[in-house]
Amino acid sequence: METTLSVQIVYQRPRSLTAVPMHYCPGCTHGIAHRLIAEVIDELGIRERTIGVAPVGCSVFAYNYFDCDFVEAAHGRAPAMATGIKRLLPDRVVFTYQGDGDLASIGMGEIIHAAGRGENITVFFINNAIYGMTSGQMAPTTLPGQKTTSSPQGRDVETMGYPLRMAELLANLDGAGYVVRRSLHDPKNIRMAKKAIRLAFETQLRGLGFAMVELLSTCSTNWGLSPLESLRWLEEHMIPYYPIGDFKVAEALQAIKV
Amino acid sequence: MAKELLKGNIAMAEAAIRAGLEGYFGYPITPQTELLEWMAERMPALGRAFLQAESEVAAINMLYGAACTGARVMTSSSSPGISLMMEGLSYIAGTEVPAVIIDVVRGGPGLGNIAPSQGDYNQIVHGGGHGDYHPIVLAPASVQEAVDLVVLAFDLAEKYRTIVFIMADGNIGQMMEPAELPPMRPIRTEYPDWAVRGAMGRERRILSSIYIDPKDEEVTNYRLLQVWNRIQAAEIRYREYFLEDADYVVIGFGTAGRIALSAVRMARAEGMRVGLLRPITLSPFPHPQIENLIPQVEGILVVEMNSGQMLEDVQKAVRGRVPVEFYGRLGGMVPFPDEILAEIRRMCREGIPPDGDPRQRWMKRFAPIIRWHD
Amino acid sequence: MQTEILIAGFGGQGVLFAGQVLAYAAMDAGCEVTWIPSYGPEMRGGTANCTVIISDEEIGSPLVLNPRGVIALNLPSLDKYEPLVKPGGVLVVNSSLVNRGSRREDIESVFIPASEIAESLGNRRLLNMVALGALVAKLPVLSLDQVKRALEDHLPERHKQFLQANLQALDAGASFALSVSRVGV
Repeated sequence: METTLSVQIVYQRPRSLTAVPMHYCPGCTHGIAHRLIAEVIDELGIRERTIGVAPVGCSVFAYNYFDCDFVEAAHGRAPAMATGIKRLLPDRVVFTYQGDGDLASIGMGEIIHAAGRGENITVFFINNAIYGMTSGQMAPTTLPGQKTTSSPQGRDVETMGYPLRMAELLANLDGAGYVVRRSLHDPKNIRMAKKAIRLAFETQLRGLGFAMVELLSTCSTNWGLSPLESLRWLEEHMIPYYPIGDFKVAEALQAIKV
Repeated sequence: MAKELLKGNIAMAEAAIRAGLEGYFGYPITPQTELLEWMAERMPALGRAFLQAESEVAAINMLYGAACTGARVMTSSSSPGISLMMEGLSYIAGTEVPAVIIDVVRGGPGLGNIAPSQGDYNQIVHGGGHGDYHPIVLAPASVQEAVDLVVLAFDLAEKYRTIVFIMADGNIGQMMEPAELPPMRPIRTEYPDWAVRGAMGRERRILSSIYIDPKDEEVTNYRLLQVWNRIQAAEIRYREYFLEDADYVVIGFGTAGRIALSAVRMARAEGMRVGLLRPITLSPFPHPQIENLIPQVEGILVVEMNSGQMLEDVQKAVRGRVPVEFYGRLGGMVPFPDEILAEIRRMCREGIPPDGDPRQRWMKRFAPIIRWHD
Repeated sequence: MQTEILIAGFGGQGVLFAGQVLAYAAMDAGCEVTWIPSYGPEMRGGTANCTVIISDEEIGSPLVLNPRGVIALNLPSLDKYEPLVKPGGVLVVNSSLVNRGSRREDIESVFIPASEIAESLGNRRLLNMVALGALVAKLPVLSLDQVKRALEDHLPERHKQFLQANLQALDAGASFALSVSRVGV
């Protein structure tokens, strides 16, 4: 009797990721976000015409991990830089990958105007409620009462203001074609996030305007929690303030099934 | 092509378009707004990229992104806007992508006014943005020169992968003069081997100004200096007037330089042997040309529409071997030739003190002239 | 040889355009020429002026303290620029809008009711061309024909319907200036 062992690949590195070990901390969800984006680029077959724009923040080295052309922006300016590229090369796929300090603090002007212009770019917004790269200061998305190195007694909204809900804010703008929030804290949400990433690229490919996926993420190192505790903390504390949902989906996108 | 009567701002814009400009990003600010408006009219009609950015910060970063595609791209602004662009400029310098920036300088500091000034000399010539870098800075004195230098700016920017500034002022931007525009160059079809345009059938490319290991940043900075040395050796430009037999020389650039030309002619008519050196490249600065003048002249008068920013570069070149005098107007005031003529007369008749600070002497002479109250 | 002309008046009196006509004529005559406006807030309704320098060599300063020709289209311009006209120079004044006479003996002053002449030609906005015609008649830098040809050649297409009226205005200004000088000012 002859036995045939059939070998099936069930998991491998996407073509659009490089074979470079990531510098992110153990338990960080950047790796998941990178992988999802790379998988979608592969599935859409757009790697050779995709140009990424890296931010300043923990993902400042994102260009090391994606196997496509990349540029590195000044802090907060990725949407402006992406605009410059997209205007010169309208048939390329241009995406930015930005953290909460980059996008919602120093880069607020650039992101709002990119969305307002309906700039046909795709933005991935990693919201982990803290400044990771500079080791744990308050971000514009830090929750009320949350302790950081620059809000050691917890964020007091009376003096430090309220967290910004960027997806809700940008969805108000007419130029926005697709603005949603997803989370990376469990497999179900990760699958939902991947679908959103796909739709965000589809938005650009169909010329439907500005697209952003806000991804709720963890920062075990600066939250001072274990990776598992971090995922739980995200679910229990961040999601109530930053609800998962679709805030703007252009009509032409609603028919797409992914 | 025949000469046309052209306004400086529009002439510079059209010259850029004809030089093969593919993308323009800018923000309205007086006295350069006609340049942006011309781009708004012409660029889309030619199927090229024009965008009015939400700020100069955004404009320079759009330019940065666009420059990474290897296309000919440009922005323009005036002094306060250029201040806002300094961050992006440093990134462009650090990434070594070519970019052309026109600064139609106005009176400052702060909001200042919209009158012609040369107060941005230090900000542009000696950096402004953080880190070690040297842009090329070209200073036109007429509309025709502005046209020619804009075209040159793109060629130099690409040759050396560097920032090239056109440092004009409100006069150059607003005046009309007959000028001949260059023929329309076709948009390029081949892009440099560093350009980020999508990794089609090739290895990916990354453009960045980050060198996280200081050893790598040191190598990069050294390489930038090597490029700068090549630029210094090959790209100095200037105009000389009446220098053959000159005992005294006036040095001034841009509008101040051409006003000084009128004064020098008047002085010549009065029999004074005075000449003019008008630097066209402020960076690289014409040190060798000043060196050549040292054995010949008895004194140098530096004329600027600022408080003596280039004066310090002249003094660096002179190193005390010849006495130097200074005359400046400030804050958007423009000198008349008669004022400079008076300085030339005094210099030729009384000579210049061999030591002391030319700026301090000028301040003393200038105090009674300045209009403290209207 | 260099000739400097300063034209000043209220915003809307066609000061800048009159200077441009002169600049075109100079360019077409093969001269070096620089036209420079006072720019900024005064463009919006206050006083405006421009300087035109015509030369046979590279032009130095675009602005001069003492121009050889001045056109003052209103009283503030007369008060400001009359004292600055180079001795032996020419001053053309729109007498329709000033209430005084000349204060200089060492220049040639032409007081011309430019607004009224323009109105008699059917359009008060022609006053700038009336005044320019008077200046050109008095200042030996460009001929009236050269200026008229410049207007014909460079008037934007959308304004072509005003060409004949503008040419008439130039003629009217020039003949007025020549007639007053015959009887002496």
